[in-house]
Amino acid sequence: MTADLPSVAEARAGHDHISALRFITCGSVDDGKSTLIGRLLVDSKAVLQDQLAGVQRSGETDLALLTDGLSAEREQGITIDVAYRYFATPTRKFIIGDAPGHEQYTRNMVTAASSADAAVVLVDATKLQWQNPGLELLPQTRRHSLLVNLLRVPSIVFAVNKLDAVEDPAVAFNNISGALQAFATAAGIAVRGVIPISALKGHNVVEAKPGWCGYQGPSLLQLLERLDVVAAETSEPFAFPVQWVEKFSSSADTSQGRRVFWGRVATGAIRTGQEVKVAPGGQTAIVAQVLNHVRVPGDVPAGHSAGIVLDREVDVSRGDWLLAPGAAEPSREISATIAWMDDEPLVAGRVYYALHGHRWVKARVKRIVHRLDVNTLAEADATQLEPNSIGHIELALQEPLSTLPYARSRILGSLVLVDSATHKTSGAVLVR
Amino acid sequence: MNARAEPQLLAPLSNLHLDALEEEAIFILREVAAAFERPTLLFSGGKDSLVLLKCAEKAFGAGRIPYPLLMIDTGHNFPEVTAFRDFRAKELGAELIVRNVEDSMKRGTVRLAHPGESRNVHQSVTLLEAIEEFRFDALIGGARRDEEKARAKERIFSHRDSFGQWQPKAQRPELWTLFNTRLQPGEHFRVFPISNWTELDVWQYIEREKIALPSIYYAHQRQVVERKGLLVPVTELTPPRDGEEVVERTVRFRTVGDITCTCPVESPAADAAQVVVETLTVDVSERGATRMDDKTSDASMEKRKKDGYF
Repeated sequence: MTADLPSVAEARAGHDHISALRFITCGSVDDGKSTLIGRLLVDSKAVLQDQLAGVQRSGETDLALLTDGLSAEREQGITIDVAYRYFATPTRKFIIGDAPGHEQYTRNMVTAASSADAAVVLVDATKLQWQNPGLELLPQTRRHSLLVNLLRVPSIVFAVNKLDAVEDPAVAFNNISGALQAFATAAGIAVRGVIPISALKGHNVVEAKPGWCGYQGPSLLQLLERLDVVAAETSEPFAFPVQWVEKFSSSADTSQGRRVFWGRVATGAIRTGQEVKVAPGGQTAIVAQVLNHVRVPGDVPAGHSAGIVLDREVDVSRGDWLLAPGAAEPSREISATIAWMDDEPLVAGRVYYALHGHRWVKARVKRIVHRLDVNTLAEADATQLEPNSIGHIELALQEPLSTLPYARSRILGSLVLVDSATHKTSGAVLVR
Repeated sequence: MNARAEPQLLAPLSNLHLDALEEEAIFILREVAAAFERPTLLFSGGKDSLVLLKCAEKAFGAGRIPYPLLMIDTGHNFPEVTAFRDFRAKELGAELIVRNVEDSMKRGTVRLAHPGESRNVHQSVTLLEAIEEFRFDALIGGARRDEEKARAKERIFSHRDSFGQWQPKAQRPELWTLFNTRLQPGEHFRVFPISNWTELDVWQYIEREKIALPSIYYAHQRQVVERKGLLVPVTELTPPRDGEEVVERTVRFRTVGDITCTCPVESPAADAAQVVVETLTVDVSERGATRMDDKTSDASMEKRKKDGYF
């Protein structure tokens, strides 16, 4: 957006047809992440005059101060937790998951990445041997990229920052982008763009700066406007976690006046006449009616809430799943990748609560198979997992769960582990 | 009032982001109904809580919202808002619980430093008393993350300890849409279904859904005095100070709270469509333009939330 105000008609036209993209920014403490977010917010006019006035320091605007909101953060000059920020352009609304880059980075980044459509990985050009075509990337760049890729964030963009501060920005950008592409190819990461930026000066952040660093492509914001949101998992068979059972629905909503099972379609789609199986109960029934999230009859695809009425009385309660016959076989054993978030280490033998969809079961950590090196994802032997580490584990479940590998379904393949004593959310589980 | 938006004569408005925000809010409202034993929905009659109530109406069907509405009344409300709150609750057939800061003052649990002090901050005490009285385990609120920097950090399901305190350093990670709603006795959750909405989204939704609001959200004539860049309404509770000139202006309220700390803005916007356009071009934030009590310190909201404030 430019500094000129849009006409009312233009403004309305755009904002009435907007879609939303959730993205996260990954970077370490001094990579310029806060400045980049500040720049996006200011240049897209999401920051208003009174808020800008609050971040003036001796006449200069310190963009980084816009995002550090808690008093402890201001006192210590650090960022504590994920914050969510909002801005909109005439074509899209954006939700930024602003995850701190230091200390508890794994926990915070996994939290922010779990619901993100895209990730912007910041690369600080001044910290690299940019004169060298075969330069080494910083461990944090590899770590952040591998983490968001592990979480299946569909679009990854590299933003090479601080190129205004190097002697020969064109050479630097050429060498750094070459190293990034080589790394991404080797790690199996699909990259949606590598963009030279200066968050401080605003180059290629909102406005494109054609030819700078030999780059002719879109600005970061222009690219973000084009990225896809997470695709709904429509190609897998139907799966539906029952969130809430409405016991006595009025006949106005359902022709049958039966119980309505509300929830969000995880995979596939649901329509009248389909056969479904209840998990873990095992009974089958035919779908008599489907309502969308606002109680209007119709088919509902993955990613959206639905209310399902069955043709017969079967035992279904919150936490059960309705599944297409043959979908996601139930099992009491799960082999998984886990991001450990608790302050206490994970040790084999302990029992946790596990949440899958809306279903709680008890889960025992049978075995820690590997610890993963967060810089490379290489496997190493381990007997416990420290806070903010990642590993492979085996879980034994008190009751069977119908899961799919996380690589096939973000919803059927994800669980959280909750400490049975403290009730803290302790681990993010990705089924293998 | 409950009618759906009429078909558009021009190209249909897709409003994809509003659909997504509405669906997220409804999903959260149903999760609260299912996961908690004694939830309640905080309802002031203000625009955000009216949006929340509209989503609840859609989630559960008109007249069947499965939790009571709760209002913590400072006794310093705009009469148009209180009247509208009661009208709307009655229209929906919802149970409305009102608890008064005045009663906490009589009990001695709230003591004002001076009689004219804003009672906004003291709502926390009365709120915690109501939580104890009804043993609420989840309180749904219309707070938005775009309002304030401390709110930007808060989870959708925000865990509160037995003193109602928010602990920013000990928040539970919120992964995917797997909400950890487990509680110890005495603890509760504050739940924010419209966390991801902005002021603009709220107004676009009000326009699309034809949600009726208290009249003071739209342009009207009001006596005000200009004080520190704000237009302070002249009321019995907020009389002009010595030397201040009372003027009549065309104003509307962007946010509505305690009379002693809520200011209108100058505006000719007479309906939701005009407010949407104004919101698109405004250059001062909702709180910056309207709140006398948030200006004292950057961290004032964070501090109040730690004390149990919403």
